Amino acid sequence: MAQIELSAIRKSFDGTDVLNGIDFRIGDGEFISLVGPSGCGKSTLLRIIAGLEPQNSGQIHIDGRPVDGIRPSARNLAMVFQSYALYPHLSTFDNIAVPLRMRRLSAIERLPLLGPLLPGRRAKERGIRADIETIAEQLDIAPLLRRKPGQLSGGQRQRVAVGRAMVREPLAFLFDEPLSNLDAKLRVHMRAELAELHRRLKATFVYVTHDQAEAMTMSSRIAVMMGGELIQAGTPAEIYNDPGDIRVAEFIGSPKINILPGRIRKDGGIDVLGTALRLACGATAGECRVGVRPERIDLGTGPFSGSVVHLENLGAEAFVHLAIGDAGLRLIARLADVRHLPAMGSPVAFGFASDAVRAFDPAGKRIPLRAEQSERIREPAHV
Amino acid sequence: MSDGAITIDAAVVPARTARRSLPAHGSRRTYAAYALVAPGAALMLIMLLGPLAGVIALSFTDYQLGAPHFSWIGLANYQDLFADRVFWTALRNTLTYVVVVVPGAVIAGLAIALLIQSGTSLRSLYRTIYFLPVMATLIAMAVVWEFMLHPQFGLVNGLLRNAGLPAFAWLQDRSTALYALCAIGIWQAVGFNMVLFLAGLVSIPKQLYEAAEIDGASSGWARFRLVTWPMLGPVTTFVVVISGIRSFQVFDTVHVLTKGGPSKSTEVLIHTMYTEGFEFFRSGYAAAITVVFLVFVLALTLIKSRLADRGVHYT
Repeated sequence: MAQIELSAIRKSFDGTDVLNGIDFRIGDGEFISLVGPSGCGKSTLLRIIAGLEPQNSGQIHIDGRPVDGIRPSARNLAMVFQSYALYPHLSTFDNIAVPLRMRRLSAIERLPLLGPLLPGRRAKERGIRADIETIAEQLDIAPLLRRKPGQLSGGQRQRVAVGRAMVREPLAFLFDEPLSNLDAKLRVHMRAELAELHRRLKATFVYVTHDQAEAMTMSSRIAVMMGGELIQAGTPAEIYNDPGDIRVAEFIGSPKINILPGRIRKDGGIDVLGTALRLACGATAGECRVGVRPERIDLGTGPFSGSVVHLENLGAEAFVHLAIGDAGLRLIARLADVRHLPAMGSPVAFGFASDAVRAFDPAGKRIPLRAEQSERIREPAHV
Repeated sequence: MSDGAITIDAAVVPARTARRSLPAHGSRRTYAAYALVAPGAALMLIMLLGPLAGVIALSFTDYQLGAPHFSWIGLANYQDLFADRVFWTALRNTLTYVVVVVPGAVIAGLAIALLIQSGTSLRSLYRTIYFLPVMATLIAMAVVWEFMLHPQFGLVNGLLRNAGLPAFAWLQDRSTALYALCAIGIWQAVGFNMVLFLAGLVSIPKQLYEAAEIDGASSGWARFRLVTWPMLGPVTTFVVVISGIRSFQVFDTVHVLTKGGPSKSTEVLIHTMYTEGFEFFRSGYAAAITVVFLVFVLALTLIKSRLADRGVHYT
């Protein structure tokens, strides 16, 4: 159980900057997801924490102790790899035993023929066996202990990899996209299992993923990374409802948040698609972008209109794709009631509550808004 | 009822016709299969099995190269062979050569491959240098070695004298000649093994090393034991067997440098076979030696396929 503190971590590969000064503090027992599109540097950051990659500058402290320049094996962190990285020649039992044998047996005791003859090796081996059996019981892999990784399914390998990480009781667990090699159904299942594991172990988890759904469902906090920078960190609800940056708003949430072109008037009011919203801001007049989540779009009434170009009925919910005007502007609305879907091609009016609006300046930064009136803007606009 | 009967009939009839047409259809398929296998089978018969059968048959005759007649003499050639001290010397020398060259060439090849792999620069240069002996004609290289091992003005003895060590007449001394040939054999095989090991090393997933590092394998030796050596299993088996077979076939260096001498101390199986077959023209006798040689090669190949079936392949 440990805190991990990152300060001003920089990394570049062959002159290309991958991380531009990351400052972040991971609390004891937190489940942190590092999430971002591919190439944002999240895996590199994890590997730097693990010690598999040296940073160019900056410091890492684990439990207050600086670990820069300390070998991965001495940092006492466990890592679960995307490919699981199980030793294919060793049985499940021996795979899980590797970290214990490395720590508890001396180099001479690990020798193939001579080692088992040494005094004390038997007792140590018994301790290792007991520990592994406990872990196997917890992870439900006891019947698999004698099999080789090649004879296991993806989900089973995943569990063995987690077992290998758990058995040594590390300071923190690092996960590098551990679910991306599993099929969709198993992924949802393993998501629940990992969250449950975290609740049980109360250990620090650092979890790298490009799948915002994994980050949203499991973590206690999410850190969103883009282009080598950590742009926002917060609880899943904060990240979803209060994105500080348009890139965060667009990355988190599926389907993507709707972005509409807007304009800030001189008096601080905001116009969207030629309609004034009952909102005001203190920003200077000019272009802005307005984001509204699909589930906050109300179909049927409102000052805006579009035509239905595509329907996705998922059974429990439906997504209605609307085309607005001739400029190719598209918008997605979520319908909770799939029994009353609009017809394809039909014109549909829509609106949204003013508290559903998130405004961003041209640089993508969030503009704080205040309501002019708390009433919904469904009436035709008074321009 | 009648409806039911009709459907049953209808269901049975096609089944019957299908069964009837099956043999005809099947035999057509069998012909096609034989036709497709035929070219390969014919080639194998002509190029491999035929000559092999010929050699085995020849070993039961007293045929002499160029002789108009021969007669079947049963196992007489083998009786002569097993009573011949030269054969046993040759067999012992060949086995000694194999036992020295195979571990030497495998360990040196692996060591060089690991060094090249762990280095960062000039990799392809080193690869080329170590692979040169494989590409060079061994006969020409044997002549170079003859100069290097020359008792008076050879490079090897020169170096030894400079270091204050005693010099040897490497190829002329009974006690050193075979080992000098072994050294040349290792020198020649190392490059080939190195290339195979390099290919094997490249295919080991990097994440396994990282997992080993995180699991606490902090020393290079621990990672080698945990990851490299087991993951190279299939390559090592292949390299050992190939080196073994090639060492059994040792001939060129012996023929060029020592001709089996001094006093049969470097006589090896294939050289005995060559002398018997092409210098004394005792083709039947030479064929018997070849059969013995083939038995060893076959044994090695069987060991390899056994090992390949279990143990070294993990998926």
